[in-house]
Amino acid sequence: MRESRAIEIWVGLFVGMGIIALFFLAMQVSNLSDLNMDDKSYRITARFENAGSLKVKSPVTMAGVRIGRVSAIEFDKDTYEAVVEMRVDPAYDTLPIDTTANVLTAGLLGEQYIGLSPGGSEEYLKDGDEIELTQSAMVLEEVISRFLFNKAESGGEKSQGDAEGVDSDEARIQ
Amino acid sequence: MLRQVQKLGRTTLDGLQKLGRANLFLLHVLSGLPDILWRLWLLVAQVYSVGVLSILIVTISGMFVGMVLGLQGHYVLSEFGAEQSLGVMVAASLVRELGPVITALLFAGRAGSALTAEIGLMKATEQLSGMEMMAVDPVKRIIGPRFWAGIVSMPLLASLFSMIGVLGGYFVGVGLLGVDDGAFWSQMRAKIDFEEDILNGVIKSLVFGVVVTWIAVFEGYDSIPTSEGVSRATTRSVVYSAFAVLGWDFVLTALMFGED
Repeated sequence: MRESRAIEIWVGLFVGMGIIALFFLAMQVSNLSDLNMDDKSYRITARFENAGSLKVKSPVTMAGVRIGRVSAIEFDKDTYEAVVEMRVDPAYDTLPIDTTANVLTAGLLGEQYIGLSPGGSEEYLKDGDEIELTQSAMVLEEVISRFLFNKAESGGEKSQGDAEGVDSDEARIQ
Repeated sequence: MLRQVQKLGRTTLDGLQKLGRANLFLLHVLSGLPDILWRLWLLVAQVYSVGVLSILIVTISGMFVGMVLGLQGHYVLSEFGAEQSLGVMVAASLVRELGPVITALLFAGRAGSALTAEIGLMKATEQLSGMEMMAVDPVKRIIGPRFWAGIVSMPLLASLFSMIGVLGGYFVGVGLLGVDDGAFWSQMRAKIDFEEDILNGVIKSLVFGVVVTWIAVFEGYDSIPTSEGVSRATTRSVVYSAFAVLGWDFVLTALMFGED
């Protein structure tokens, strides 16, 4: 009987260790502990001319702090806009109704997320509301081509001084 | 010439027959589940020999795999100035792939081979037919507990492997190579999804547990009851398990992560 007791203790320890490991993976390694607000969260939508490479589950942040997630991205065939639905943690229910939504990029080549910047209104966004003021994703190709066009336009007039400007701008991008 | 063709045909038929036997055997084992629940003690004893005794090899391998991932990942990521993402790389590769797969391979070598040899020897020494004489179903009494013990143990062992691996990667990355502590964990948390990564990893390890233990107990039960037959069955058990694990890993990965 003594031996069987030791075996039982070992098995108990083993199962306990396995469960602790799983718990560790869930809490410490994954995003489970960050946000679980599946049922109580409230939905707001925003329309973007271009949603860039935004994905479902991309973060929604305000002042750099994550307050929600993108829950759906759809295409509106009448207005040719991207309709982004996001779920916001119910703890943050004081977003002004004139909040601006931007599609931003973390770092130059990082993933895209939605950044909200608050407006000044006293009224707050409720479940199902839509954000009116939006700014589309920055597409790197567009930015570069606009930059090159600008340079080509102004480049013919004053060449010497501008060449340095190009250099420093490129250095900044890199 | 004709003899070669006949040989090919016989090999095919033998293979198909074996596959059929293996599936009937699995059904027989599964039908014994209620008996196991009545005799949980048998299951506990098998979890000890299959799971607890594999802890050491799994944790040590996990630690080294994690440490190597830390070193190699740091080497590659530092080329792009992205050392901060080391945590993501270590955790994602462990949780999604290496944890379940390497644990299953180790498990096949450590526990699967032992199961095959044990059952094969029981058959060779006619203990199984002795049980049948006493109207005890050896599949329910001997095989069932071992099979379920394997299925219970694999996910636990794989989780243990992944956890130790992440800690090993942390030790090398943050401790030795000087990656920022906060960035290591925060990037990992931001990128690793519970359902997408961790639950899928657990499902993988569960499937591998079924596959490896099924092959192990079946090879033992189906072995030729001589010492040579048992030794061959043990070899086959490990080889087939490795094939099956890697093949199923591809299928499961394609199903789980192939879409996006």
